[in-house]
Amino acid sequence: MSHVIETRQLTKAYNSLKAVDSIDVSVESGEIFGLLGPNGAGKTTIISMLCTMLKPTSGNATVNGFDIVREANKVRKSIGIVFQEPSIDDRLTGRENLYMHANLYGVPASEQKTRIDRVLKLVELEDRADDLLRTYSGGMRRRLEIGRGLIHYPKVLFLDEPTVGLDPQTRDHIWRYIRELKQAHDITVVLTTHYMDEADRLSDRIAIMDHGKIVILDTPPKLKETLEGDVVVVRANNIHALSDLVSKSLGLENKQIVDGALEVTVRNGKSAMPRIMELATQNKIYVESILLREPNLEDVFLHYTGRTIRDDTGKELHGMSAIQRRKIR
Amino acid sequence: MSETRGLYTLWLREIKRFLRDRMRIISMFVQPLLWLVIFGAGFGLRFTIPGLSYQAVIFPGIVAQTLLFTSMFMGISVIWDKEFGFMKEILVAPISRFSIFLGKMIGDSSSSFLQGIIVFAIGLALGIPIDPVTFLYAFPIMVLITLGLVSIGLTVASFIGSLESFGAIQTFINLPLFFLSGALFPLKGPGISLPTWLTTVAAWNPLTYGVDALRIVILGAAWTPLQIQPLWVDLGIVALFDVIMIAIGTWAFTRMK
Repeated sequence: MSHVIETRQLTKAYNSLKAVDSIDVSVESGEIFGLLGPNGAGKTTIISMLCTMLKPTSGNATVNGFDIVREANKVRKSIGIVFQEPSIDDRLTGRENLYMHANLYGVPASEQKTRIDRVLKLVELEDRADDLLRTYSGGMRRRLEIGRGLIHYPKVLFLDEPTVGLDPQTRDHIWRYIRELKQAHDITVVLTTHYMDEADRLSDRIAIMDHGKIVILDTPPKLKETLEGDVVVVRANNIHALSDLVSKSLGLENKQIVDGALEVTVRNGKSAMPRIMELATQNKIYVESILLREPNLEDVFLHYTGRTIRDDTGKELHGMSAIQRRKIR
Repeated sequence: MSETRGLYTLWLREIKRFLRDRMRIISMFVQPLLWLVIFGAGFGLRFTIPGLSYQAVIFPGIVAQTLLFTSMFMGISVIWDKEFGFMKEILVAPISRFSIFLGKMIGDSSSSFLQGIIVFAIGLALGIPIDPVTFLYAFPIMVLITLGLVSIGLTVASFIGSLESFGAIQTFINLPLFFLSGALFPLKGPGISLPTWLTTVAAWNPLTYGVDALRIVILGAAWTPLQIQPLWVDLGIVALFDVIMIAIGTWAFTRMK
């Protein structure tokens, strides 16, 4: 398979801080590539460089075979972008926004109407197309932006946190849409997200980023396999005491407290459960519930970065403020 | 080809946004009316130039003033776009920064022309002696003046992050340019002696020549003894100013992120 994006030692430094640190990564043509990481991991910085909006400090990259620095204009023609923050004109109608985009990207005038009608239908905004954007809800605006990114038939579509602030139905719909798109148009999608389920369900491969580096890169099933084992989830009245006991008495170190529940990753969950129960009873800790599940991406993330993405309040706040900004407009 | 289309679409956007803003259209009528009626009547009492009423003398000045204020104000569209994210969509498009600047500049200038036309209509209604032919001569001069002024507004706005600071800086640029352009009083002529510092500064003000050119065209022979430069020199200076400002504006847009 050919590589539609290739980076070589791609680096972006702000003074001494390396936001993106010597990254070598190849994205294959036609895949959905997920970038997953906490706030400040460098996801948006990578995307900004690949979209030619930021110049790398050192290293380079090609998108669709074009150099991101020397052939910026050709790169721009090859890509579609949906930014994390809204970027549509709310004084224009939906249709006008799409026409403007088509003109900016040099879509032949004879094809504009057909393409725009099709996109409007895809994102289910046909009946609102001639209303001013300021009357749209946050979800509708987002849908329009995703549709807009496709009008010039890009080779690569960059989606920076595409479903932040959308209701579950709309998210589900957008995911299905992105998948269909990939199959129908042979388009490559690069996606950043902090929603685990989004990364898991959409991505063919996921790169987990932390501190400007890619910590691990693989398909979602393989990432989960690397953890080899089960996760035991315990809820108890003195969760911190139990956590300490689990490591002291049972020697289990691969654990984390998530939302007030203790999650322990073990090789054999069925044999670990009774031992944890016994330990709790001996130490007069009351266990409310205990269950066994397979590792998910959240655990993979935790394993490689040492923190949960939900712990990362900065990220969540960012998501929330993005929602609010959309609502205000 | 695609550059031209990109330019056209950016122009069209500015026009649409402008025409949908009702408050701005209403205010377009009010300001020149206040200047011409109240200021013109009040200060006209002590004005004596043979064959010219004060209202007629400040009319070309008010045309220039309207173009100046509107053009500078247009810079706000850049800040608006930056603040509300739309600038990203434009900046990442496969179109040169020169076209982006030009599209915005011509779009904003068009709105300024429209305002200039309205001032003419008001002047006509107030009985200032102007006819359609005068307007045809004056219009190209108005275009020439506007291009440079809009470029100042856009350039300044491209460096500034917030609407508030743009408002402050705008006043800081508008008022000196306006007061030192001879828009409200003749800068030279028989019986007129102004402080040297004022005439020196005015000589470096590009708007001075725009106002002078408009007066030559609108007031005709009665203005000849008071004119600052012959018409072609006035126009040459304004055109040079336009070229310089467009170059600076394009540079400013190139470094915008």
